[in-house]
Amino acid sequence: MVVQAAHNLWVPIVTLLIAFMLSALPMLEWVQWGWPEWVLIVFIYWVIALPHRFGLGWAFILGLLLDLLQGNHLGVNALAMVVVTFFAMLMYRRLRMYRAWQQAFVIFVLVAINQCISYWFQGIGSNASSGLWFLLPAPVSGVLWLWLFVVLRGVRRAFKVA
Amino acid sequence: MFKGDWIARRLVIDPLFKGRSTVKKFIIYGLISISLIVADYQFDQMQRIRGWLSLAVTPVQWLVDVPQRSWTWLDERLQVRDELIAENKQLRAQTLLAERRVQKLAALTVENFRLRDLLNSSEQLDEKVIVSELIGINSDPFTHQVIINNGFNSGAFVGQPVLDATGVMGQITSTSAFTSRVLLITDADHAIPVQVNRNGLRSVAYGLGQYDYLELQDLSDTADIEVGDILVSSGLGLRFPKGYPVAKVIEVKHSAGQDFAKVLAKPTAQLDRSRHLLLIETPQQQNIASQGDN
Repeated sequence: MVVQAAHNLWVPIVTLLIAFMLSALPMLEWVQWGWPEWVLIVFIYWVIALPHRFGLGWAFILGLLLDLLQGNHLGVNALAMVVVTFFAMLMYRRLRMYRAWQQAFVIFVLVAINQCISYWFQGIGSNASSGLWFLLPAPVSGVLWLWLFVVLRGVRRAFKVA
Repeated sequence: MFKGDWIARRLVIDPLFKGRSTVKKFIIYGLISISLIVADYQFDQMQRIRGWLSLAVTPVQWLVDVPQRSWTWLDERLQVRDELIAENKQLRAQTLLAERRVQKLAALTVENFRLRDLLNSSEQLDEKVIVSELIGINSDPFTHQVIINNGFNSGAFVGQPVLDATGVMGQITSTSAFTSRVLLITDADHAIPVQVNRNGLRSVAYGLGQYDYLELQDLSDTADIEVGDILVSSGLGLRFPKGYPVAKVIEVKHSAGQDFAKVLAKPTAQLDRSRHLLLIETPQQQNIASQGDN
């Protein structure tokens, strides 16, 4: 996790910062329901691309920051991020080989897991219930991945992040 | 290639497989997260820790608000002279009207003090007001929260009631040095004690997680409540000051066989629009704040 100029690690950090800003943008209510999990999918990209640099420690800290930003109970997003990152790390080799739509499907499943964990742990003792709408960011994130993957790969190559 | 060679290369090249450290790390971070969640649900002290940690994300919240702020700034500077003059006139008229009311209010306040003296009541009417500005709304659709630009450095505290120009908006649920988080009255976890302005009937208005509705769940079927009644804060529960408008009743449903009427009300505050908010501080509130329970 040591940031060295030669590896250009500031690039992923900037993309993650942008992801944080996107996730905090004020939105119309119906857009909010389907708003993709920007931080999670950007981070998954960097885990797949550079698994020796981005691991569970990063996932935990990013999740914690997300909790603070969204006012969730501390640790909810941290747990979800750690679990999802663990899965991503187990299969990053396979993911790299997959075709775009196969990757998108895996992202869909990973984001769905993330949504389930954060929804269950956040919802303890609350009387909010809106069916399965909380899963909507999962398909949206999957579709977004097709585009995001190309963009982030371009960024990684342009800046020679290693 | 020998098998041992292959494993050795993996160990050297790919630190991921070094002694199964991924699984170990996963378990450790998972356990830390879960204990954090439990601690956050259980202990009030976490509020303070969260307050300090929130400083880390404050820059992001400010950055996100930049487009809106710069738009307002530009808009104010690019407005045409005529429009400004018209707005100025209108504001003057409003000020006049408001001043007339204030004059009347002064007389009423004095009268109220006298009557309270007669009743030997110790309750004070003075409330301290801080004007605050909204800098962010929560992007999570499960919770109705907004973020304001006053933290504990400028006197905001957990439990402080928040109003806008037209009614009660919510209360502060966590503070950091420069920002605070406000839980709106429509959040599914929020309830506010109210009474009907017309006849003093007491009830509690629960949030439903929808910006347009509050629900009164505990009024009997025969209770005297009608569509159009104004609900004001009752001051019971010692959290919200008494007498501020909360909501207007928009639907009363009686159904045979049910003990309770179903009453829906629409918040009078513009929960999804207001940008300038008032933080109220009453003497009772200060006591609550110093006791530190929330």
